[in-house]
Amino acid sequence: MAWAKKILRVNLTKGTCASEPLNMEWAQQYLGQRGLATKYLVAETDPKVDPLSPENKLIMTTGPLTGTMASTGGRYSVVTKGPLTGAIACSNSGGYFGAELKMAGWDMIIFEGKSPKPVYLWIENDKAELRDAAHLWGTTTWHTEEAIKAAHQDPQIRVASIGRAGENGVLYACVVNDLHRAAGRSGVGAVMGSKNLKAVALRGTVGVSGVRDFKAFLKAATAAKKVLADNAVTGQGLPKFGTQVLMNVINEIGALPTRNANDVQFEGARNISAEAMHEKRPSDGKANLITNSACFGCTIACGRVSQVDKNHWSVVNSPKYWGATGGLEYENAWSLGAANGVDDLDALTVANMICNEDGMDPITFGATVSAVMELYQMGVLKKEQIGIESPFGSAQALLEMVHMTAEGRGFGKELALGSARLTKKYGHPELSMSVKGQEFPAYDPRGIQGMGLTYATSNRGACHLRSYTVASEVFGIPVKTDPLTTEGKPDLVKAFQDATAAFDSSGTCIFTTFAWTLGDLAPQLDAACEGGWTLERLAEVGERIWNMERQYNLAAGLTAKDDDLPRRLKTEPAKTGPAKGLVSGIDKMLPEYYKARGWTAEGVPTNDTTKRLGL
Amino acid sequence: MQKSLHIDPNKCTGCLQCEMACSYENYGSFNIAKSRIKVFNFEAAGRKVPYTCTQCAEAWCMHACPVDAIRIDAATGAKEVHENVCVGCKVCTIACPFGTVNYVADTGKVQKCDLCGGQPACADACPTGAITYVESDWTGLGKMRQWAEKTDTQPRA
Repeated sequence: MAWAKKILRVNLTKGTCASEPLNMEWAQQYLGQRGLATKYLVAETDPKVDPLSPENKLIMTTGPLTGTMASTGGRYSVVTKGPLTGAIACSNSGGYFGAELKMAGWDMIIFEGKSPKPVYLWIENDKAELRDAAHLWGTTTWHTEEAIKAAHQDPQIRVASIGRAGENGVLYACVVNDLHRAAGRSGVGAVMGSKNLKAVALRGTVGVSGVRDFKAFLKAATAAKKVLADNAVTGQGLPKFGTQVLMNVINEIGALPTRNANDVQFEGARNISAEAMHEKRPSDGKANLITNSACFGCTIACGRVSQVDKNHWSVVNSPKYWGATGGLEYENAWSLGAANGVDDLDALTVANMICNEDGMDPITFGATVSAVMELYQMGVLKKEQIGIESPFGSAQALLEMVHMTAEGRGFGKELALGSARLTKKYGHPELSMSVKGQEFPAYDPRGIQGMGLTYATSNRGACHLRSYTVASEVFGIPVKTDPLTTEGKPDLVKAFQDATAAFDSSGTCIFTTFAWTLGDLAPQLDAACEGGWTLERLAEVGERIWNMERQYNLAAGLTAKDDDLPRRLKTEPAKTGPAKGLVSGIDKMLPEYYKARGWTAEGVPTNDTTKRLGL
Repeated sequence: MQKSLHIDPNKCTGCLQCEMACSYENYGSFNIAKSRIKVFNFEAAGRKVPYTCTQCAEAWCMHACPVDAIRIDAATGAKEVHENVCVGCKVCTIACPFGTVNYVADTGKVQKCDLCGGQPACADACPTGAITYVESDWTGLGKMRQWAEKTDTQPRA
């Protein structure tokens, strides 16, 4: 049984750590990771709780395949109620932290209450204790990891921590692990900070031995690895170009939200693309990209390792940014770059570094900067308020704002609110490109219609990952659909949402789904775990998880009114490209989606649906 | 012919499948803490390097062992720890200049790469070819060829 079958419950108020058995009945119904942790959150907290109060709980959770030889078997998630959205927050990360947690013998850690003083959790196999973190509070995630490894004299420790953003309550603060990976969205880092929990440090040497049938598992895992290797995206495109392979592609199909979604194509896209990362800079003759990298167990290796020109104006006086670092992904190259009209590749790389260093979601941060730049150009926000002239296209403004927000000074305290609250505060809520308070990422719903429905109905606020229909609408995976039409999109979105929920609960990475279907995941889970796991059962588990999250959100106070898109996407047609003249057809898709889901016209799961799913 | 593990760090992505494969082969579980091959991540340089025993022809560990617990496998040339003989004195771990033989507190014995009897699990598991199992002689041929190609670039008469 690839579950460790043990949870660590940490009461931060009392300072205690206790082990308890994993609820195996729930594991059979919700699988693990996303599904299982959400079930615990739903069962143990009041949906109306204030996300930054001690009554909220924060769960770090692995899946059954985490820490095994399944390809990409290294994922973990952070589940809580999100301060940015007031909805379920479920943020997935790679790196090595999740695998180490599993190899220490734990499926999950549940944090309750609030510590009276800053602490970090230290786990060494079955030994767990809270330690004083006063000397770490006020420092970055990078410093925190280094300091903990030095204090314990063990370079093999894995660390997940918050930076100053999480400490200061930046509503989109994230939890960074292994320096360059993160549980990024919805402000899970702010929840950690509100509990005075600075970091979790792990050392796991017991390993994962509970696989049901090792021989069958290795056979299934090896076959699945071949599927990844043979696929053009996972076997070649992603390792060579990373997710940045999307920049030129999405721009060409006219779905790259540019300058706060005023445009759908960016004239500077080529300069901040995967191809540009490979090209030698005229300034120092070196390329931005050094090599690719993988997370634990991953045979795809989409990670970017980059290095900026040390004479670039943004780092010329800061040697700590001169070394190799986690490079740009598509989402942050978009959010820091195209969304703000900035096309300085090294500047974007540095801004991204700072988001890692102090733990902030670059998607929300970049989209908040976009809103600020539009407010500046309108004359609503002035240079004196922001601290720097901030028109679209200014890399200097971008860098100044990232520093201000990371450090919690000046206008950074306004940026810390995220675009929904900031634009509302300054009288222009329509300028926040968000749903349920969370900013949507790098796919414009006018150019890829299914993504509009994806953003509007995602249970954690606008998010591309909950149902990445781009795979179908742009890449023909598993079948090609037309990005410019709304026909068939409700069923497509539902299918992706359910399958994704299952993948997110398994311990493997969603990027496998460029090549794998549930039919490739099921044999691996079936061999690893008792209970009989089939494709059909995984789809049902996914649907159950989706409806459970929906019920939680409704109980938290969200309604069908929150399943909507920013006005700009519904009233301002795309100005250029293949989608020229189109707006989002969200109002056509929503009613059909509710029906496909087995929900009422108000978006509430019917009794038939909840009974069928055992909710 | 004798074969050796060949490691090309430029191809290593840090996935650690090799470490899991090694621990599974020798301990029956996925436990990188028990792996005999370790991947080192040089963050500032952006390089990952797998490292393990190079199977010295004249091995310090063999010579240091007071009970002759480390012996050569005639088929693979690997220097293998015979656990039933090893007394856990750890002198071999001091003698090895490369640090690739290490004590295992759980078992009270030392462990090192033994090439898995001729089918090294790490090489099988490596998805990028960073670790391969090649003929021991002439491992430099690839590099020689690269430099050979650069000579005499002048056109012939």
